[in-house]
Amino acid sequence: MPLIEARGVSHRYGDRTVLAALDVRLDERRVGVVGANGSGKSTFARLLNGLVLPSEGSVTVDGHDTRREGRAVRRRVGFCFTDPDAQIVMPTVAEDVAFGLRRRGLSRTEVRERVARALEEHGLADHADHPAHLLSGGQKQMLALASVLVTEPDVLVMDEPTTLLDLRNAERISGVVARLPQQVVLVTHHLHLLDGFDRVLVFDEGHLVFDDLPATAVRHYRKLMA
Amino acid sequence: MTTALGVYAPGRSPLHRAPAGVKLVVMVAAGVGSVLLDRPWQVLVALALVLGAYAAAGLPPRVVARQLRPLAWVAGVTAVFQLLVSGWERAVVVVGVLAVLVLLAALVSLTTRTTELVDAVVTGCRPLRALRVDPERVGLVLALGVRCVPVVVGLAEEVRDAQRARGLAASPRAFAVPLLVRSLRHADALGEALAARGLDD
Repeated sequence: MPLIEARGVSHRYGDRTVLAALDVRLDERRVGVVGANGSGKSTFARLLNGLVLPSEGSVTVDGHDTRREGRAVRRRVGFCFTDPDAQIVMPTVAEDVAFGLRRRGLSRTEVRERVARALEEHGLADHADHPAHLLSGGQKQMLALASVLVTEPDVLVMDEPTTLLDLRNAERISGVVARLPQQVVLVTHHLHLLDGFDRVLVFDEGHLVFDDLPATAVRHYRKLMA
Repeated sequence: MTTALGVYAPGRSPLHRAPAGVKLVVMVAAGVGSVLLDRPWQVLVALALVLGAYAAAGLPPRVVARQLRPLAWVAGVTAVFQLLVSGWERAVVVVGVLAVLVLLAALVSLTTRTTELVDAVVTGCRPLRALRVDPERVGLVLALGVRCVPVVVGLAEEVRDAQRARGLAASPRAFAVPLLVRSLRHADALGEALAARGLDD
């Protein structure tokens, strides 16, 4: 698994510190992140692909610094957002999947084949030419996931991917994620999705306050929220 | 949703297979050329040609009607105005040309994938490199514009529902402000997603 390392990381928005004194090394296959709203977990997720650069300290993915080598980091780290509408950038389904493959030096045939395969794997093959806005919420999140995975990242960071979904679609997303060979860092409020994970980080008020196996970490988190 | 944008209708007609650049050039040429139409019979011929093109593309009459519906108000007001001011012949010409151009533009979106349209625009914008315009950027702006129409329509529906749920009467300001705020937040999120998908790399 790739090694994600945060060293002495703090982050502030103006005067507000959202993450403080964070040191962590992640090389497990499945890492969960939980915490209350505003605990800093979304900022943490965005640090991992260089969407947010830390005010202090550094974040590296397999030795690539997010500040100096953002491009190399983003090629390795795919990111899935909460609201699929915001991350679908092209008007139709197949075009959105193909968007991530632009400027990768692939031939048209290769692009078409990879897009077709990604749509097939995510149950969207029948919707290839449909406008993205006509998909259901669950299908949109599947499309967002397909569009990220088609670029074959080594790490997938997901920021509450199931928060806007109903139970069935949340289960489908979690089923797809469970089968991925990649390293996954999943930020979520759906605690049962963390069953079988290797490690869970608990954030509270900008600090990493607990770091353990899912059962123990989730218990700690519940106590914290009580 | 009645927007013509982004509603690509898959097909294999000659119109679907024609290069996007050619379709765009024909559309622009027709737009410029339309100023030459000043007789009702000329406009009717143009209309017949466009309707013929719809038939050739395998698009049924209800699709034609759907493209024209958003035009109803503008066309109606214009028609009445022209009737009163310049007579029926002028009214037919003005409203007819409007309909022809809207139908033609919609025909291009209906028979062309956005990617092809974007690629054609990118190719067409290459000479602008000399002016330090990045053609890829122009193409992306176009694609995002097409994608954002249904998104903003969706946001507007949400805002209206939220107002209804709270029992507020329809007030333009109470509608416009939240819609603007939501659109800006959406723009932020979209920017983040583009960055995450490696746009600026």
